This record gives sequence, C-alpha cells and structure tokens, in this order.
Amino acid sequence: MTARLTRFDWHGYLRSLRFSLYTMRRPLDGFWDLIHEKRGSMAAAHTIVAIAVIVEILRLVLTNFQFINLNMEMFSAWWVLGQMVIPILLFSVANWCLTTLFDGKGKISHIYMGYAYAMVPQIIINAALVPISHVITYSEGAFHWMFTIIGYMWFVLLLLCAMKEIHDYSFSKSILTTILSLFAIGIMIFIFIMFFAVVSDGVAYFVSIAQEAIFRIRRG
Amino acid sequence: MKRIFLVLFVAALSAVLMPVTVTAGGASHYTYSYNEWGIPIPSPDAYRVTAFILGEHLGVGNFNNPRDLQVWENYLYVVDTNNNRVVVIKFQDDGTFELAEVVTHVYINGEASPLNRPHGMFVSPWMQNYGQKWIADTENHRILHTDENWNVLTVIDRSKLELSALEDDRHFLPLKLAVDFSGRLFAQVAMVNRGLMEFDNDGYFAGYMGAPDVTINPWQRFWRRISTRDQRERGWLFVPVDYNNVTIDNEGFLFVTSSGPDVEPVRRLNAMGSDVMIRNGFEDPQGDLWVGNAGHIQGSSVLIDVTALPNNTFVVFDRTRGRLFAYDNQGELLYAWGSYGHHEGAFMLPVALDSMGFTLFALDATTGAVTRFDLTEYGRHINDALAMYQRGLYEESYDIWQEVLRINGNFSLAYIGVARALLRRGYYRDAMDLFRMQNDNANYGRAFGFYRRQWMEEYFWMFAVVLGVLIVVPPVVKKVIKVRREILES
Repeated sequence: MTARLTRFDWHGYLRSLRFSLYTMRRPLDGFWDLIHEKRGSMAAAHTIVAIAVIVEILRLVLTNFQFINLNMEMFSAWWVLGQMVIPILLFSVANWCLTTLFDGKGKISHIYMGYAYAMVPQIIINAALVPISHVITYSEGAFHWMFTIIGYMWFVLLLLCAMKEIHDYSFSKSILTTILSLFAIGIMIFIFIMFFAVVSDGVAYFVSIAQEAIFRIRRG
Repeated sequence: MKRIFLVLFVAALSAVLMPVTVTAGGASHYTYSYNEWGIPIPSPDAYRVTAFILGEHLGVGNFNNPRDLQVWENYLYVVDTNNNRVVVIKFQDDGTFELAEVVTHVYINGEASPLNRPHGMFVSPWMQNYGQKWIADTENHRILHTDENWNVLTVIDRSKLELSALEDDRHFLPLKLAVDFSGRLFAQVAMVNRGLMEFDNDGYFAGYMGAPDVTINPWQRFWRRISTRDQRERGWLFVPVDYNNVTIDNEGFLFVTSSGPDVEPVRRLNAMGSDVMIRNGFEDPQGDLWVGNAGHIQGSSVLIDVTALPNNTFVVFDRTRGRLFAYDNQGELLYAWGSYGHHEGAFMLPVALDSMGFTLFALDATTGAVTRFDLTEYGRHINDALAMYQRGLYEESYDIWQEVLRINGNFSLAYIGVARALLRRGYYRDAMDLFRMQNDNANYGRAFGFYRRQWMEEYFWMFAVVLGVLIVVPPVVKKVIKVRREILES
C-alpha cells in the first residue's frame, strides 16, 4: 500500500486534470483521447467530483441572497453531497447496464470519468458567478441566470459527447441511451425504495410478533 | 363558612367569565402572521372584539341561519335567511347600537310582497343610486331592486333572462349581489359556474362576467388522454368553480372569492372581468400557508367572504378555521386572527364579512351572531402607516413603522417600511441590511444599486489609477528594457 502511495504519479495526475480543460473545448476529440489514449485518470475524476461538491456548497451558501436564498437553519452540506454524488454513481451504473446491451464500449469507470470531466465548465461558471453575484443587482439577475443556464447546457452537451466517444456511438444513439439511462435511474430508485419499504415492513412484523410473545410470556 | 366559599367561588368565576377589558397586550385572539420564511409567528392583536350581537339583544328574537351582512353608512343590514327578514341595526359613533328596522316584506306598487329566504343584499353607496337596495330573494327566484323605503323599482326574475342563460330545469337562485356606480348589477347565482351574472340598469341580463379561468396542467392532460371514456366520465370534471361571494370596493372593482383546486381564492376584477389584484407578497393571498389537522380540522382555507377597507387593504374570511386574514394592497399578509369555537372572537360557521370604515362585522350562521371587531392601537398604527405609504410618504411613515416595531418586533412589513424610508433618505447600507433581513431581494437590489453607484463615485479614482498604471507602465517598462539593452549592446 505504501509502495503504491509513494509511486503515485503526481505529474501524470496533474496532466490528466489539466486535460479536462481540453475536453471542455474540444469534446469530441477530447473524450476519445480521455479513454482510448488514457489521457484521463480516475484520480482526476474523483478530484473534479470533489471540487464540484465544494463549489456547489459554496454556491448555495455564498451566492448573494438576491439570487439564491436558502434558510440556513435548514441547510445541510451532507444533503448537497448526496445530491451531487448519488446521481453520478446512479448514472454510471444505469448507463453501463444499458449500454452493455447496446454494444457500448465503455466501462463503469469510463462513464464515471466522462461524467466528471463533463462537469468542468459548469463548475468554472458557477464558481465565477459567486463573486459576480455580489456586484450585480436583482434587476440585472437575467445575466446571472443566463450564465447558469449556459453552464447547464454546456454540461449536457459535454455529457452527450462523452457518451458518444466512450461507447463509440453515433450522436443520436448517445442521446437515446442517455435519456433511457435516466429512466433506468428512476427504476433503480423505485426498486431501492420498495426494497427498503418491504424490509422495514418485514422487520416490523417480526418485531411486533416478538413484542406480543414477550407480553404474553410476562403475563404468564 | 360554606357561604363565604360560595361567594369567593362566584367572584372567581365571574372574574374568569367577564369580558376581558381591552388593553394592549392583554387577552388574545390568537393573532399571527407569517415571517420571511413563511413560518407562522404570533403577533399582538390587531383587531379586538368590541361587540357580540345576537338578535335577542335587539329584542327581535335570535337570527336563524343568517347568510349575509351589508353595511351602509352606519347601518348594518343582517339578512336573516330562515326568518325571511332583513334586520337593520344602527350604530352610533360611540359603539352603541339599536334596532332600526325589521323588514319582512317589500312593496310592489304599494302592495306588500313577503321575502322568502333571502340570501344576500346590497345597499348602494354610489351617488347615482344612493341608498337604493337590491335583495336576493332567493326562494322567490327573484332579485328585488327597491328605493330607500323598500318600494320595488324593478323585479329581476326569469323573464329578464335570456333563454340560454339558465338551463331549463334550474331555478333562478340568486345568492350574493354587488352593484357598481353605473347601476350594473353583478349576482352570484347558485349552480351557475360561468361566472357572475351581470344585469344592466333596467334589470336585463347582460352576460356573464369573470368566469374563473380553468387551468389544466400537463400532467392532468396526460392522465385524461390515457384514461378511458368511462373513467373520464366518472372522474374530476374540469369546470370552473362557483364563486363563494362577491363584494365591490370603493374604487368600483369587484372582489370575489372562490374555492377550488386550480383558481386563485380571492381575486379583484375590473370592468372587463379580468383579475387585477396585485400579488407582490411573499405568498399569494390564500389564507393559511400551514395547514395541519389541529383540532381535526383539515384542508386549506376556504375563503367565504371578502371586504375591502378604505386604504385598499382587504380582509378575507376563512370558513375552514373561522379565521380572518388581512392583506395590504400589495397582497402582503398583515395579520390573521380568529378561531373555530364557541367563545368570543371564534366562529362555528362563518358566512359573511363586511366593514364600516375599519370596523369589521363578521357573521356566524350557526350561532346567528354578529361579531364586531375594532382596531387596536397596534392595528391602527399599521393602517396609518400603510395609508401614508400608499400616498408615497415613505419618509413620514418612518416614525409610525418604528412604533409598530416597538409593539411587535416580528412584523416584516414594518422593517420593509423603515428600510424604504431609509432608502429615501439615502442610508443605502442600513436599508440593505433591513431588506436582507426580510428576504426582500427586489428592494435589496434597488438599494444595492444606489449603494454601488455611491461606492463607485467614491472609489472611482482607484480604478482610474489602476487602469492608468496598467496602460502607462508596460510601455514604459518595455522602453526602459529596450534602452538598457541598447546601452549594453553598444
């Protein structure tokens, strides 16, 4: 373990992190190289996700209240963390499950990496908007929202490009599988919830039987 | 010994049962308001019960299921439905009241014609037909237009309607009435969901007005699309809901309340029948924002009546919980009070609300009681400040808002009022802080805009210096380097 840590390739890590700036501008070329030329790394993807979570928390907390106003008594950074990370994991799994059926070439780690790299422009825009929100007024808010929307659209576009290159699909097929994986996410969430409901009901059933038994034994 | 105890007991009991004297911060009608996060917080009483009037008190026997109230000058008309009469009460300035008149029939060409379960009436405050009366004589299927002395001028019944106006098998059952300054009559009629029925000056049907818009969201549309014909026929019908009530304000706009899932519960209609209510408040006027099931009362507020006050504020009456909600002209909640029950200031079945100046009269059909509410010192301060505020006297309203804050430090609108005054006086930074505290982002933006300009004017020289340095320095440095290199080379 220590041996691996000491052999950590800092140079390669930084280069793969910097590569995210290339995928941002040249997505078709960039995402191909990201996977097939091994220009990206999982370490960089994890870093990007971590930065995305931090930026999201800062955005919600530090943006001027004219644009985002949350009741800080109700705010939870853990909730934001869940909101950011769970969709990524669900998407990676759902998309992989789906694309293996439609001869996609990508692995789960590739999909995860593609998703993380696709988030980069949105992170940059959101981070820049936080200080900007403190020098513009409410009536100039259209500016703020426009850039927020641009950030989202850029992200979606990059995600589609990433899926296309990772799985070696045509563009329309990548759109289709991405939409279908959203449905798959819905099904997964549904199954999770149902599973927990069934388990908790089952547990409650046995607990109540036990309580009844104990009650009767005590009374004799 | 026993006797002494009895005396003491009676004294204690009477102390408890005696009407509590009106003192600031004393007994409460559970007045509350919603703060900047939409959380209900208690507030001092803005209105206090000053009279509780039963028919018994007037010597005419108790009201039986009264359905409407109408104020005209200092007279209060109680439409005592099941007793087939209208009871007129006269109020003096000092708050005492006496029976003025009991009307059981009107005169058609000098001939008495009795009322049959009237449900509503209107007495004109307008110049053109001052003091004339309109009565919704429901079970006689007619609306009576009378002069000041109950002599009928016009009878509006089925013969004045177009054939298409009502379906054949339906009776014409007028419930609530309002008349505008030109004599146009607007009637809320039972089982008519196409809006208010409008009648012209001569009592002829002129059309429907202000049918509530029905909105179907895409989800509902989707379900309708995939459901079978049978399901659709049994399912929810997307028809406009009936109005609950209609009132006219002193500017001639109709206030209507309705209850339904997809319509605004209270609306202010112009002559065209479109909604002109201003909804700049934190939430749209709708009664309670938090609906629990305390006391096993469930569901959202059902606004059964509305009345407009002289300073363009309005009060709505909630049938679900017997509460009154006062809103300012921007649709911002001022205070809410009242409850369900049998005690003073509580209601069993709210049916009608009307106002005499700032005095409110609320009618309860079950107990047959009229409850009179008057402003407390706190309520008076708020209304004074609002009146100034609406005239644009922001700076003058500063002191009154401060006074309101002294009584109730939780009153959002007072902070915003103070902040506006500060904004006018040029204390942008302080105004920003107050707007920030009240989550008022639009006004914060305005104050911040001014502050930013001020700041820029003050520190512009810094930008100028930095910019100047950036423009001047690089060429100079380049020149110096060049010269040095030339010197070194030579």
